[in-house]
Amino acid sequence: MTHFDAANAAVEAALAAGARYADVRVMHRRYESMAARNGEIRELAQQEDFGLGVRALVGSGWGFFAVPDVSDAAARSAGTRAAGIAAASARVPGPSADLVPLAVRSGSWANECRVDPLEVPLSVKGDLLVGVTDQAHKQGADLAEASYQVWDTRKWFTSSEGHRIDQHIRECGAGMSATAIGEDETQRRSYPSYRGQYGTRGWELVDGMDLPGHAARIADEAQALLSAPQCPAGETTLILGDEQMALQIHESVGHAIELDRILGWEAAYAGTSWLDLSRLGNLTYGSELMNIVIDPGIPGSLGSFGFDDEGTPAAPRYAVQEGQWVGVLAGRDSAAEAGLDYAGSVRSDGWARLPMVRMTNVGLQPGPHSLEQMIAETGDGIYMDMNRSWSIDDRRLNFQFGCEVGYEVKNGKLGRMLRNPTYTGIGPRFWQSMDMLSSAVVPWGTPNCGKGQPGQTGHTGHPSAAARFSNVRVGVRG
Amino acid sequence: MSADLDIAASVLGMARAAGPGAATADAEVVVRREELALTRFANSHIHQNVADIAITVRLRLHLDGRTASGSTTRTDADGLRQLVERTVAAARLSPPDPGWPGLAPSAALAATGTADESVVAATPEDRAAKVASFVDGAGGLTTAGHCRTRYTTMTFANSAGQSAQSTGTEAVLDGIARYQGTDGVARASGTGLSAVDGALLGARAAAKARVTGEPVELPPGRYQVVLEPTAAHDVLRCLSIYGFGGRAVNERRSFARVGEAQLDPSVSIVDDATAPGAVGLTVDADGTPKRPVELVRAGVTMAVAHDRRTAAEAGTSSTGHAVLDGDYWGPMPVNLRLSRADAGADGSTPSEVDGPAADSDIGELVAAVDRGVLVTDHWYTRVLDPRTLVMTGLTRNGVWLIENGRLVAPVRNMRFTQSYPEALGPGAVLGIGRHGTALTSNYEDASLVVPALRLASWNFTGGASG
Repeated sequence: MTHFDAANAAVEAALAAGARYADVRVMHRRYESMAARNGEIRELAQQEDFGLGVRALVGSGWGFFAVPDVSDAAARSAGTRAAGIAAASARVPGPSADLVPLAVRSGSWANECRVDPLEVPLSVKGDLLVGVTDQAHKQGADLAEASYQVWDTRKWFTSSEGHRIDQHIRECGAGMSATAIGEDETQRRSYPSYRGQYGTRGWELVDGMDLPGHAARIADEAQALLSAPQCPAGETTLILGDEQMALQIHESVGHAIELDRILGWEAAYAGTSWLDLSRLGNLTYGSELMNIVIDPGIPGSLGSFGFDDEGTPAAPRYAVQEGQWVGVLAGRDSAAEAGLDYAGSVRSDGWARLPMVRMTNVGLQPGPHSLEQMIAETGDGIYMDMNRSWSIDDRRLNFQFGCEVGYEVKNGKLGRMLRNPTYTGIGPRFWQSMDMLSSAVVPWGTPNCGKGQPGQTGHTGHPSAAARFSNVRVGVRG
Repeated sequence: MSADLDIAASVLGMARAAGPGAATADAEVVVRREELALTRFANSHIHQNVADIAITVRLRLHLDGRTASGSTTRTDADGLRQLVERTVAAARLSPPDPGWPGLAPSAALAATGTADESVVAATPEDRAAKVASFVDGAGGLTTAGHCRTRYTTMTFANSAGQSAQSTGTEAVLDGIARYQGTDGVARASGTGLSAVDGALLGARAAAKARVTGEPVELPPGRYQVVLEPTAAHDVLRCLSIYGFGGRAVNERRSFARVGEAQLDPSVSIVDDATAPGAVGLTVDADGTPKRPVELVRAGVTMAVAHDRRTAAEAGTSSTGHAVLDGDYWGPMPVNLRLSRADAGADGSTPSEVDGPAADSDIGELVAAVDRGVLVTDHWYTRVLDPRTLVMTGLTRNGVWLIENGRLVAPVRNMRFTQSYPEALGPGAVLGIGRHGTALTSNYEDASLVVPALRLASWNFTGGASG
């Protein structure tokens, strides 16, 4: 019995129990992570999970059931139970649920992976983490931490419409940080980013980072931050590095354009969105430099796939074009409710979770400037980079973000290092103030995007570039 | 349950027979079985309705001075055999682990947890009925939220002879009502479905949302506040995550300093997973039985939570707070109860609907405020610095201006940037509600019992418009 057979058995059972549509994801995932601290391995975990999840539509009600068992009997039982749960949804019924049409597809997809991360010896991976944390600790970091994570996921998807798709997605990444602990506060510097850099790539991604080449530097910078002057409070010109811009895109654009939020489906938990569907195509989100594209087809970026978890093939789409809001992240049911004709952004965090609207790769198109040019053309401002804290309201409008490090910008040159740099603003006003954007785009990966109940962790990619903003409030403190 | 003991014994046996050195290796197995069901509603109808059965077997092995762990959801013979082979291979290749604290010794549990039949046997129809009563209770306002039931069993066995099983049940109903752009929230949880009254919660959420007049915008600044239990829950949870964990304390990243008077003398905090009605398991991931731990007595920090590793580093004993694969955060107290040091909570649960203030207990705290703000809920709180525990976040789901002891106007949401220990510091706590509300987390197996708090000063750093 193949995994497609199990999936088809579950679909058949759901239909027999009254479903008018059903789809099934069989997933097998291997996960490996290791963490080191101050020259010692603190945790090595290897996890395997395997099971199937069935989604069924009965009348206008959805149901979902999942089990860690892909036998024929378990699959059929799961299909029946999913339909039963869907039928119970009719106790508090809603409007008719529809799906935007999708051509039936059979296909396979796998991302490029030159060095299989799970085949790299643990001793090699361990020596890397031990080495860089030992180096940073000896350089003066009170706390030197490093970690890597690897995911190897195989999926088999079928639906009552006849889809039959399998995918093999391998992802990995790594990062390190140095923390200096003072009497009254802590300071941290990270490389290559807070949490590290991740992608749909093999271990060649980690090899290319040169962690050892940066361990001493981040230790020195963390110590220096303890005695650096505080970021001043006030309004100023703000230049953000590409790593912090990835967080800015994720929080103030990516989540805001999720169609389920816009429709109120997440109102009680993740929240809604300041965006109103009636303004789609007729709302200024940012300056004309702002071009945001949803593109799950970017090779190597963390949000990439061949098909989403409803079977929609990956395709690029503008979300914001020359500052105008023109697109959303959608699924087949949310698109139908909104009267849109496209989906393609539905994913589930494993076999046990319901597929839902998620970011894929949501990122900036390159601009015409360079970071050096931005600094050179700024008389008085602050440069910040590397995310340290993030908070945004439930409409994705009012944000306050903190960075690990800031620098004065005076008369076109970088000046003193600043500690505890924070900035705050309102999404569209902030984006409309963007007057310079770098041409150097980096596809930062976010491996820990939380959403949904039960909670799901999503992997998203954010092509990002340094940018300059005017009249930004900085230096908010407690 | 006995099947899980058999799985644990089988994996232990295979691990101890896995080649050179394995017979004397330290091995421990956790079998976690969870039946989770969650019915979500939005725009006043059920739109997502899910259930799953998850079984995870986790093996941790300390072999020849090296440690590795592995887990699988495959409980067939091949799946378990491969788990053992992978974990043994990983341990042999791992760098040495000089900080391995050894296995938990054999010890009986103080309690085995709860298994409320209303949760164990809950059906989709049961959850839908709770949702329907919430929607009806909101009296026609647009509603959204969820009803969750969870039945968890944890089986632990190690090669030092410790063997334990604990069960936990949880029922949650959490929802908002929306009226002309204003939201009100009500939530409750307990070990059984009877703990969540849909009609009462729906009515409370609606009473909060049904405001008259346009919400006002307050200028940034320090205000006296009354935090309802839903907001105070966030304060207590952040103290738990960033402050009371042994790892953060050992690494000097925590504000907590044992023996110092760090909080107001009116505040006491105890962690107790064995208390009647507590939601959670009574054995930790190291196999150490959980027991009551007094973290704060009358404002003085008395202890912090440890697992075996952080306890060994600190030269003390584990308090039973190991988290499964939880090295990133370290040990964490997840069954905290904050109460008045002089009287404690009276245990009663008000059942009235009091308007914008959720109940009469909160109304009494509001009545004592000359000018201040009533905050129903916190949202998206994040730490700016763990040492001082300065947090930033926003208000949500109902904010009111208080003048002369009365709620006079709804207020637009505001951003705050505030040190939580400072907000609860000596002299800063002006009042504590009589009864604690049990609230669970979307993230951890945690249930915190917290009353409403009246605090002298809260630093609001911006309005909704920035």
